[in-house]
Amino acid sequence: MLETTWFVLWGILWAFYFMLDGFDLGIGSLLPFIAKNESDKRTIYKSIGPFWDGNEVWLITAGGVTFAAFPATYAVMFSSLYTPLMIILFALILRGAALELRGKTTSPAGRSLWDFCFVIGSFLPALLFGVAFANIFKGIPIDGDGILQGNLLTLLNPYGILGGLLFLSLFLVHGSLWLAAKSEDEVYLRAGSTVHALWPILIVIAVLFLIYTAFQTSVYENYLSSPVLFIIPALCVCALFLIRIYAGQKSYWKAWFASCIAIVCATLFGVVGIYPNLFPSSLDAKYSMTIYNSASSPLSLKIMLVVALIFVPIVIIYQGWAYTLFKGKVKEEEGGEGEVY
Amino acid sequence: MDTLLLSRLQFAVATYFHFLFVPLTLGLSILIAIMETAFVRTKNVEYQTMAKFWGKLFLINFAVGVVTGITLEFQFGTNWARYSRYVGDIFGPLLAIEATVAFFLESTFIAVWAFGWKRLSPKAHAISIWLVAFASSLSAVWILIANSWMQHPVGYVIKDGKPVLNDFMAAITQPYAILTILHTLAASYIVAGFFVMGISAYHLLKKQFVSLFTKSFRIALIFSLIFSIFVVVEGHMHGSDLADKQPAKLAALESHWETGPIAPVFIVAVPDEKNARNSIEIGIIPGALSMMAFHSLNATVIGLRDIPKDERPPVTATFVSFRLMVTLGMLFILLTVVGWFLRKKIDSQRLYLKVMLYAIPLPYIACAFGWTVTEMGRQPWLVYGLMKTADGVSPVAASQVAVSLVAFTLVYLVLGIVAFLLMAKHARKGPQLAPDISSVERR
Repeated sequence: MLETTWFVLWGILWAFYFMLDGFDLGIGSLLPFIAKNESDKRTIYKSIGPFWDGNEVWLITAGGVTFAAFPATYAVMFSSLYTPLMIILFALILRGAALELRGKTTSPAGRSLWDFCFVIGSFLPALLFGVAFANIFKGIPIDGDGILQGNLLTLLNPYGILGGLLFLSLFLVHGSLWLAAKSEDEVYLRAGSTVHALWPILIVIAVLFLIYTAFQTSVYENYLSSPVLFIIPALCVCALFLIRIYAGQKSYWKAWFASCIAIVCATLFGVVGIYPNLFPSSLDAKYSMTIYNSASSPLSLKIMLVVALIFVPIVIIYQGWAYTLFKGKVKEEEGGEGEVY
Repeated sequence: MDTLLLSRLQFAVATYFHFLFVPLTLGLSILIAIMETAFVRTKNVEYQTMAKFWGKLFLINFAVGVVTGITLEFQFGTNWARYSRYVGDIFGPLLAIEATVAFFLESTFIAVWAFGWKRLSPKAHAISIWLVAFASSLSAVWILIANSWMQHPVGYVIKDGKPVLNDFMAAITQPYAILTILHTLAASYIVAGFFVMGISAYHLLKKQFVSLFTKSFRIALIFSLIFSIFVVVEGHMHGSDLADKQPAKLAALESHWETGPIAPVFIVAVPDEKNARNSIEIGIIPGALSMMAFHSLNATVIGLRDIPKDERPPVTATFVSFRLMVTLGMLFILLTVVGWFLRKKIDSQRLYLKVMLYAIPLPYIACAFGWTVTEMGRQPWLVYGLMKTADGVSPVAASQVAVSLVAFTLVYLVLGIVAFLLMAKHARKGPQLAPDISSVERR
């Protein structure tokens, strides 16, 4: 029971991470397409400036919880995915540095270099997290010692790539909705039209992914044995259509919330499907890392549960407060001398 | 080179580099909080200008600290998978708790502080930097509890060949952890104090923004003086705690080979690890080590010869790092005490100001030596007495680690240079004053 509780929390933490960091990763990937001049760029950077770092802590927490609740899974997951994780890590390092240091760099060449780091550093994690998770849903070729029998190219199989594209397109839509909600004038118009251009592509990829999942993975088995779970993908599909409806009405905040639900449900769709596995092996089911063969002791899980039940709601309250503190459209004059950006 | 050596090098690169930024974050957040509180209390805008100036340097430093911090968490899994699997039941929760109780608080309120100058009242704004200071020290507390558990594991039982938590409070309240936390925090506060004093000295030497930097200097001086004395007294307690808990480390600190009472300290010694002795020993102080370790001349201190060869730490590196750390620690007391006597007319003490400007790197170096003592002195153990470093490494190809090690070195080198240049640029430029004040101030 304790293991299952932590499995659910584990899935929710990753889903929350993708929901929150998703929009700033999406915005970063879109920078060259939406920003036409320095003022547009400043608007884009400012739209996520106060939020991105707090969002990224959800990744650290998701990683930390994997370590704490399922140490053996953490060990196998992080070492077998060594190369893709290192690429994600370097991307996030350059991106974080760009976000924080660009505003303190005065030369245009220096700023362009930071822009490059920001774009690449946003695009690669968006894509690679999708590739990694799709491969996890499908099963990773790990042997009994938790060693990957393959390389980076093994992960770049068609299903993995489709998963990468799904995450990328979800994040791009998520990001453009955020930007539309936070900006005015030209940037607002361009962000809005990006949503309209990307949405059909997202739908096609999502449908392909749902179908391909049936052929490539055993994710649907859990759904067939407890059909009530179909509510998760159903919610995801509804949310995807709500995005289109609200975006059509230019209610970008509502569309953004719909997009949050879509991302959470898309992540949970796969996570629920692999239960009780956390990191299934595609070579042999007995090599899979499951909640039973990788969980921490009941005492550790209980202590962590107490900490999580007390602190996660507190975190949500103050992070929510910080989001409302910086609500409203980004203003050019704000953040002048002595401030960031 | 094999996976083990490459992974150790990579961990060293990632950790030493990360810890160039952490101590300043820990200490400077408190100093800025003090300045902003002074602004709230006195309504003197100079304190706000001061907080903004140091705040800018703080944010550049913080950025690099944050981005290089993720590496450390990832690395346990990517490079030390066998270790993670072995200790996950205890070490994992400590890391997860750190993220949950401290990182969220720190990252949320640093953004509130950096972007909230116009959106918050001065009081609420000052509270947000106090929260950042609290959260960053809190995160240090949790990670150091985790590190201390590797140095001196407690609160566990061995089950199925692995340590399993059976007493959480024992693990988080053990004296080893408390001593480590106090030592590291105090050392970090010295880094920040010297940083503020050094940059203030630069401007005072140039006779610009004199009032603002005299105030900054004084705040940092008092702060540094307190913690310079504290860190030495506390460090002594930490050292004698090792006598019980990590005898091999204590022996390596002083290059002490022969077990026996009245254990001496040598003013100069050159360890000869191969022959298990010191090749040169000058200036014997009989009984000094027994005295320091056990507060008794006749106490027996275990020598390295009585520790199996394959359980001895690298003596030279540990010994030299310890000596240099201690020397620097004494120097910090000297410099801050001298500063205390000169404090009334600090802006005219040109020689002292020059020394303080060039003293900025010294506490950083002392921290690096301190970590070398802690981590080298623990070798060959990864978890003292339970798991050797060689058994903790991931089953990954050496080529993978070689590539990532080169990438880390290059990226960090560039990042380090960029951060240094940006900080130097903003530090030199000085604060941005309101126009009417600056004409008077900039002499």
